[in-house]
Amino acid sequence: MTEHSREFVRVHGKIFTTSFFVLLALSLVGVFLIIVRFARGIGAVSNLSDGYPWGIWIAYDVATGTAIACGGYAIAILVYIRNRWQYHPLIRSAILTSLFGYCLAGFSVMVDVGRPWNAYGFFMPSRWQPNSAMFEVALCIMAYCVVQIIEFLPSILCVLEHGKLKRLQKIFYYFRPRHTPQDEATVQVTLDWVHEAAAWFHPKFNKILIFIVVLGLVLPTMHQSSLGSLMLIVPTKLHPLWHTGYLPLLFLINCLYMGYAIVILESIISSFILKREYEVEELSGLAHFIPWLAVTWLVIRLGDLIQRDQVTAIFRGDFYSLFFLAEFLLIAIGSLLLCNRTLWTSPRWLFITAFLLLLGGTLYRFNVYLIGFNPGKGWHYFPSFAEIMISVGIVSIELLGYQVLIKLLPVLPNPHMQRNIAPAKPHRPFDAARPGIKLSVKRGGA
Amino acid sequence: MLKRKGRSIEMRKTSRREFLALLGATGAGLLAGKASGAAGVRAINDTELGMLYDATRCVGCKACMAACKRVNRSSGDLSYEQAPFDHDKLWDTPGDLSGNTRTIIKLYKKSGTRWSYVKYSCMHCQEPSCVSVCPVSAMTKDKVTGIVVYDKDKCIGCRYCMVACAFNIPRFQWDRKAPQIVKCDMCSSTNLRGKGITACAEVCPAGAITFGKRGDLLKEARGRISAHPGRYVTDIYGEKELGGTNHLYLAGLPFSDLGLHNFPGKAPAEFSEHIQHAIYHDFIAPVGLYGIFCLIALMNRKKADNTGIRKEEE
Repeated sequence: MTEHSREFVRVHGKIFTTSFFVLLALSLVGVFLIIVRFARGIGAVSNLSDGYPWGIWIAYDVATGTAIACGGYAIAILVYIRNRWQYHPLIRSAILTSLFGYCLAGFSVMVDVGRPWNAYGFFMPSRWQPNSAMFEVALCIMAYCVVQIIEFLPSILCVLEHGKLKRLQKIFYYFRPRHTPQDEATVQVTLDWVHEAAAWFHPKFNKILIFIVVLGLVLPTMHQSSLGSLMLIVPTKLHPLWHTGYLPLLFLINCLYMGYAIVILESIISSFILKREYEVEELSGLAHFIPWLAVTWLVIRLGDLIQRDQVTAIFRGDFYSLFFLAEFLLIAIGSLLLCNRTLWTSPRWLFITAFLLLLGGTLYRFNVYLIGFNPGKGWHYFPSFAEIMISVGIVSIELLGYQVLIKLLPVLPNPHMQRNIAPAKPHRPFDAARPGIKLSVKRGGA
Repeated sequence: MLKRKGRSIEMRKTSRREFLALLGATGAGLLAGKASGAAGVRAINDTELGMLYDATRCVGCKACMAACKRVNRSSGDLSYEQAPFDHDKLWDTPGDLSGNTRTIIKLYKKSGTRWSYVKYSCMHCQEPSCVSVCPVSAMTKDKVTGIVVYDKDKCIGCRYCMVACAFNIPRFQWDRKAPQIVKCDMCSSTNLRGKGITACAEVCPAGAITFGKRGDLLKEARGRISAHPGRYVTDIYGEKELGGTNHLYLAGLPFSDLGLHNFPGKAPAEFSEHIQHAIYHDFIAPVGLYGIFCLIALMNRKKADNTGIRKEEE
């Protein structure tokens, strides 16, 4: 096997665990409610109204879900644009979660829109409407899903090239239970053919992959900023604390630090659950990008409020100012804590700060899409139970898929691999004290 | 934009700020949008069709509501709305604009003697937000008549038009399996086509609804204000609000009391489209970004290959 196949490994473990069945149950509840929604209309399951036409399906599943799914984007920028190849081990799991996040955001949209059978209109140039931020978001997200599937192909090719494909053999023998020598020969020939084909295709594919990867950098840049542009059209409904011409820029930076935060969270959680060593080396490296981004974001946010003369609105003490302060403080505290580099080596503190930032970033997106949105007197919105359960179901499907796939495909970084921690560039912003960090920290050793 | 491209290549060399190249693309877009914002104000077209509603003439008979539903019921897929006390289904009693109701008359009581009716329906903006935001061109504005029309065969039901409309006009059929957006289209496929006038204006017994070209309606409205000083508030609602609307209002009470908010004169679509156009002007920024990223990524890969940092594959 190549050195590469040791960079990522399959997790060995049972697929049908307790969490598998819990998630499966939640997913089934979600699927059932989705069927009700299609049978009886959106009003039957949701609290949406003519004043609040968008609820948590858009604010959470699409606007926030895709930002949480920006881990792949954030890591890919780091590896391919900033030339930090030491983060490459994190990329497959990040891309896998991104892929799930985006596909399910797309799926949520199909649940949310009233006339999904007309969605083919996005592929008819006569109906294109480039003035609409929604048009841009929709096309980019669809394209990005395809790009991510292609980006994920290497791990499937790896299995096809080197794996024994036992499951496929089992399926074959299920239909031909007699195991005649003829059958066995057929299986062997097919296996050889698959291995050869994959081995032929893999290097060729790797050569062009870089162009797809770069496309996977441009598309999120476009649609994440456009998710902010979506709300530019509502100066009369969105509270001035959030409505600004800088919405696209703020959404873009927001998705980047949320992306790094989710990679940290995801890695720590999966290490904890799967009882692997914490990838502290990579994660602490990621941690030092977050303050740069978050502080830039906070400065733009404040500068914009000062420029538009809305500073007094922050301290008015009303509903909106409270939510603004909550969002602002979560992000500020999270990023300021991360300025302290001794915290970078502690999985516990990495977890806490990443969580704060993710929460703050999520709250920002909720504020823009729902909480700061006021269509006028007499309109109220709070999601219904069924509405929440559909979102929960969709997230469960995502976790379920991730949990199963990391046990089938080499996705997670190999914990026993010799880590190459030599910095790709000598210049690093915060940490000169790199060599002092231990290579790996045992679980609970924080 | 091109200048910005050049700069970001330099940045990569000098420091670790490749992120800024990324941010720069949108940032530059914003600045460009702001710079060209003043030039793009569209002139108001007074030859478009519209309606003038005079609240001081309205007697609240709701004949317009009945006519609207009678005429547009089948083409617009509208049904009658039943009040809780009406077990025999005798009356259509909508409480508000809804997935079944395109226009409605409401009463505003300021005191026992001071009150006013008000009619809500689509304002047919000069620069409609709903048309600007619809991703699949299901909401369109007729180039000649200026009527904003909805096409259910194109609509995907995303409801962005409802979010975008400052007047909360487009409504959704929440209880249907095949829901539509519902809003006034000035009877463009029904009464207007057959009789050349909207159903509500045709049946109004009090002359409260006048149908015609926007310029003529404005002249008429100004004439009424000067002929009856004291009867009207001096403004015509819709003349300037949000870039001007083709549905105009005259009233004896302040418009803000009647649920017609005091909106700024600039159309929201103008603001959002300027930013969107600046970022995506001729698609230069995305293509440029792709080019720059490709260049950087390829150079990085080469560098990494040479130093042996990169593993064998992507």
